[in-house]
Amino acid sequence: MVPLSYYLVLSGFLFACGVAGFLIKRNIITIFMSIELMLNGVNLSFVAFAAHWHSLAGQVFVFFVMVVAAAEATVGLAIIIAVYRTRETLNVDQVNLLKL
Amino acid sequence: MTQNPYLWLIPTLPLAGATINGLLGRRSSKNAVTTIALAFSGLAFALALWIAIGFSSTAAPYGFTLAHWIRSGNFSADFALYLDQLSLVMLLVVTGVGFLIHIYSVGYMWDDPSYYRFFAYLNLFMFFMLTLILASNYLLMFIGWEGVGLASYLLIGFWFTKDSAASAGKKAFIVNRIGDFGFLIGLFLIIQHFGSLDFTRVFAQVDPMAVENSGAGLLTAIGILLMVGACGKSAQIPLYVWLPDAMEGPTPVSALIHAATMVTAGVYMVSRSHMIFERAPIALMVVAVIGTLTALFAATIGITQTDIKKVLAYSTISQLGYMFMSCGVGAFSAGIFHLMTHAFFKGLLFLAAGSVIHAVGGEQDMRKMGGLRSYIPWTFLTMGIATLAIAGIPPFAGFWSKDEILWKAYSSPHGSWVFWLIGVITAFITSFYMFRLLFMTFFGDYHGAQVDSHGHGSHSHGADDHGHGEPHESPMVMLVPLMILAVLSVIGGLVGVGNRFEHFLEPVFGIGVAEAAGEAASHGTELLLMGVSITVAALGFILAYLLYVSKPYLPQKIADGLNGFYTAVLNKYYVDELYAKLFVKPLIDGSTTILWQGVDRKVIDDTVNNAADGARHVSDEVRHMQSGNLRSYAGWIAAGSAVVIAYMIWMGVR
Repeated sequence: MVPLSYYLVLSGFLFACGVAGFLIKRNIITIFMSIELMLNGVNLSFVAFAAHWHSLAGQVFVFFVMVVAAAEATVGLAIIIAVYRTRETLNVDQVNLLKL
Repeated sequence: MTQNPYLWLIPTLPLAGATINGLLGRRSSKNAVTTIALAFSGLAFALALWIAIGFSSTAAPYGFTLAHWIRSGNFSADFALYLDQLSLVMLLVVTGVGFLIHIYSVGYMWDDPSYYRFFAYLNLFMFFMLTLILASNYLLMFIGWEGVGLASYLLIGFWFTKDSAASAGKKAFIVNRIGDFGFLIGLFLIIQHFGSLDFTRVFAQVDPMAVENSGAGLLTAIGILLMVGACGKSAQIPLYVWLPDAMEGPTPVSALIHAATMVTAGVYMVSRSHMIFERAPIALMVVAVIGTLTALFAATIGITQTDIKKVLAYSTISQLGYMFMSCGVGAFSAGIFHLMTHAFFKGLLFLAAGSVIHAVGGEQDMRKMGGLRSYIPWTFLTMGIATLAIAGIPPFAGFWSKDEILWKAYSSPHGSWVFWLIGVITAFITSFYMFRLLFMTFFGDYHGAQVDSHGHGSHSHGADDHGHGEPHESPMVMLVPLMILAVLSVIGGLVGVGNRFEHFLEPVFGIGVAEAAGEAASHGTELLLMGVSITVAALGFILAYLLYVSKPYLPQKIADGLNGFYTAVLNKYYVDELYAKLFVKPLIDGSTTILWQGVDRKVIDDTVNNAADGARHVSDEVRHMQSGNLRSYAGWIAAGSAVVIAYMIWMGVR
């Protein structure tokens, strides 16, 4: 049996990759994918804990996260399309009108 | 104490009149306003008369508790009324003279655009004055006391568009506040030591207390503080300065509030508290000295004034001084006696002066009158009677009361020949300036016409704006009250003959030391002193006749001879200027520099402004964080999460 810590390290690694991608990348699509990576990193730890403690709660959480992520993906992609139509760019550094 | 449920109706009737006229008067006709005002004040008078007839002088006082008001621990104060012989005299004077002045005002104020407002205020005044008189405890009395102050303020400033009237109203109100401060402290002392403000309960506790012969004690302190209050309301030194200015109000107001009733509230209050004063010789002495000095001081100013109402105003202050002198020597009933006769003749003098002013078209300067005798004979006749009364010529009303006071000032153990002497000098001056007023106004030639020929329209048509030819007699509605008051000024003093008035008030005041001494002293001395006061009154008349009728050029010469002194008296001894320098200016300067520029601007405003500025500076810096750059936001979130996680790990939070 694979020890719990392995899953957790992998989960932390995936999450860190997502954070790093989110901070470094300028393309909105890539950032969006980084978010998915973070979500899945978290999902992994949920599942790992669920298996370790023999509790279904963690798995139910994962389903919730997936559903929310799917909904978020549709809204997010719609926004990205709308942004591209008005700004003709997907570079987040150039989409900075929301400031004082 | 007999319960009398009709008692509360007396003050309530004028209140109803004031409410109806105040709320609906603007839209009603003048006749309707007149009916309401006269009906409600007349009903109050009729009811007072009815109660007076049923009131026997030996019977227990009437009382009535309308409602409970304050209940706090052992302390309680109710809306309770109390009627004994003292309040009965006041009640009849206030409702009677008040009603007559209401009638007179119909004629005097008829052309005023704010006719309804005047009567609403006048009825309101009656309500508060009756509350003051009928109150059974000091607190309710204080309500009336403040209420008449309010009514006085409203009526002095009745023509508030005139700057001088508005500021005279404010002056009266503020000076009265100073007196009320003393009054309030006195009341606090009473509450602290007697646990009640109810007259009967307080006096029941005062009764067994010893006379404070050895030195000043509690009762002395209370007495002096109450006297401070009385000084404000009754215009005594040092707080008399508001009364002459109060003449800015309409003349019926001067007659009712500033001569006959409100200003005597202080005398009433001191007399009501006679139990306290009788046990505090020092407080009595203070009252007597203040009264005597005021009587003399105001009378001397009265000589030089040329405004007919100002002369009467100073005369009022002087006569009030007599009343306090009388209270101060322990002769409270003599003070109340003079209060009553004074209400008759001084009310009459003011109303007659109003009739004169009405006749000459708003002119108040006596130098521009003269010779009015033939134009307005009825006014002349009534004013002549009032002058004889105030001058102390027997058998007119003023003679009896003034002589009573002078006799008591001499014979009472609290009195002394000094009070008597100053009183007699004042009586001489009073007689002189009153006959001076009479002669300047009604004798000689009419000076108004000459002034009119080259200054027409500029000043003589200022206050009264009806067309003016030569002086004309006032309408009957004004003359009838004059005549009734004239009759009262003639016969009003007779109630005091043979000490009947004193005996009537005995259930209230008891047989005080002053009365006892007065009875015991020899009648020879009394008659001698009476002769002296008649003589000085006659001397005043002769001197005035000499100076203002037979040799009219003399006064100017004498005035020139007394140059500096005359100017000082003419300018009212510069008291107003002194107060302005001593109190008003420092107060204004202090308020401006310390309170306004210092506290308000430097502390309060700056605190608020600096807080706002600080918030703006901080946010100026902080707002750069909102760059609109998505990745920097994300960075902040990541950094924040890192800090939180690090903290949790480091602190070992699970």
